[in-house]
Amino acid sequence: MSAREPGLGAAQIPASDGPAGPPEPVARGAGQRSPGRLVLSAFVKNRRALAGLGLVAVILLFCVLGPLFYQTNQVTVRLDLAELPPSGQHPLGTDASGYDVLGRLMEGGRSSLELGFAVAVVTTVIGTLYGAVSGFVGGIIDAVMMRVIDTFLAIPGLVLLLILVNLFTPNLWLIIILLSLLSWLGVARLVRGEVLTLRTRDFVHAARMMGGTRWRIVMRHLVPNAIGVIIVNATFTIADAILTLSTLSFLGLGLPPPHADWGTMLSGGLNYLFDGYWWLVYPPAIVLVATVVAFNLIGDAIHDSLNVRLQRL
Amino acid sequence: MTHYLVRRVGQAIVVVIGIMVLTFIMIHLEPGNAAQATLGVKATASRIAIFNSTNGLNQPLAEQFVTYVDQVMRGNFGTSYSLHQPVSTLIAQRLPRDALLLGLSTTLSLVVALPLGIYQAVRRNGVGDNVFTVAAFILYAMPDFFFALLLIAVFCVQFHLLPPEAPQATTVGGILADPRALVLPVVTLTLVSVAGYSRYMRSSAIDALAQEYILVARSKGLSERLVLLRHVLRNSLLPIITILGLSAPGIVAGAVIAEEVFNYPGMGLLFFQAATSHDYPILLASTLVVGVATVLGSLATDIAYSLLDPRIRYVSA
Repeated sequence: MSAREPGLGAAQIPASDGPAGPPEPVARGAGQRSPGRLVLSAFVKNRRALAGLGLVAVILLFCVLGPLFYQTNQVTVRLDLAELPPSGQHPLGTDASGYDVLGRLMEGGRSSLELGFAVAVVTTVIGTLYGAVSGFVGGIIDAVMMRVIDTFLAIPGLVLLLILVNLFTPNLWLIIILLSLLSWLGVARLVRGEVLTLRTRDFVHAARMMGGTRWRIVMRHLVPNAIGVIIVNATFTIADAILTLSTLSFLGLGLPPPHADWGTMLSGGLNYLFDGYWWLVYPPAIVLVATVVAFNLIGDAIHDSLNVRLQRL
Repeated sequence: MTHYLVRRVGQAIVVVIGIMVLTFIMIHLEPGNAAQATLGVKATASRIAIFNSTNGLNQPLAEQFVTYVDQVMRGNFGTSYSLHQPVSTLIAQRLPRDALLLGLSTTLSLVVALPLGIYQAVRRNGVGDNVFTVAAFILYAMPDFFFALLLIAVFCVQFHLLPPEAPQATTVGGILADPRALVLPVVTLTLVSVAGYSRYMRSSAIDALAQEYILVARSKGLSERLVLLRHVLRNSLLPIITILGLSAPGIVAGAVIAEEVFNYPGMGLLFFQAATSHDYPILLASTLVVGVATVLGSLATDIAYSLLDPRIRYVSA
């Protein structure tokens, strides 16, 4: 990118060497360490971050490697084995279709996580670019871009979901596309709001005075400085995607069987909440809540450690 | 400012027109389903044809749209296919209930979340911050239907303290006359949104605390109280206002789960039932109502933005 800006080399502010570092002069009290390292060390020192990372690692191992060691039938309905309490053979019992609950947690976790990651990536990339461009360019283009967002945001997600669910058979990819369609709008607005404030800051004026192109200012100065908002939002998006799928399942619009995900398991299990079949309710609830909590802990810690000025507080 | 306002209102009208076009197209993406859903799966072809011609569904889409806009301009939202009542009556019955439920829970959650977020930002990484962070994360991570059913299991089934069903009265006064029944739905909605708001508040208060003007405020001898109220609170409200502005359509969409679990006949239930039974008049009218609410929310957000942060006003005027 810097190749596009001739004659800047000597005069350039010693800006970040990684995309994450803010372009302002870095905390002087922190010695000679690069911003990237500062961020990393602050992240590692944060115990909540490590707890979140550890949890995600455990859950990923459980869902990816678990089925290799613990193989169960998750395809054939076995009514003769339905609703068995936990035993040696089925550590977490079986559900109403006779599927082993522990095995189904692994199976369901895979699709829940795939969904969360996929939606977060699509949402963040599209929403950030859209919001940054809209806020930075301003004028008529900003107005048109924001009216498009307003129009889509004004239509309740459920209308879209319900209509499209009736048009197609719901599958994982369709739901990923639909949830991304609904959640990038919020990111775009948040990033735009952040950019509106950032673009009047002195380092942006400086970059422009030195001949920085619009693209460079957006990508090197505005987006990195808005990264806190973006990341916090991305982790919330993973959480939201997993939660929204569970809400859809509760309303009877989730993925059809034999497909498994934690939300479907939980909303199915809740029918037995008052029957004492606790193994159908609490295991999926606990992994679902733990996963969502873990992603939020990580995002929160990244947010704290990215803000280098906080290290001086 | 007046010029700015006039322009924003103009934009809002454009968006409302956009909403009408978009929802109309989306709802009519599926031909024939309304008749089938209203008359039942065994309806004969001739009955379906009669239904379609009575409701104008056999006209070309463009003509149907013109008729729809024309009727809306006259204040006529049509009659529900399945409930056989004017849609405007149905919405007039249900909107006040949601305004009450969501107004109560939003106010309560802001009253709790704003001070909580600032407290956590000031005592960053202390014991209190960690405890509330974990609590907020767990609350936020719980699917609201699960949380609502847990509350019912504890407070209704186990201890018989509160009724499991929301007030069934038809008027706002009647609902308020039964406050015990209102507790669980309000608590469900409040706690879930406190979790979200307090996260954002903490996050943006931490950002504000790191700014130079806080250093200036402290070095000129302002008391910590004044620093927090005058500088931190005001500057960290910006993201919260965005979130609030975006949550305006929640008056319809956000309460579906709470209304379903506690059987509170508000807009959410009306909308959900209309969506499953392909009741076009209700769907079109309620999306329009939500759309207008969203547009107003967004308008209010922008105005609040420019009042709180003068730099933004210069940019947009």
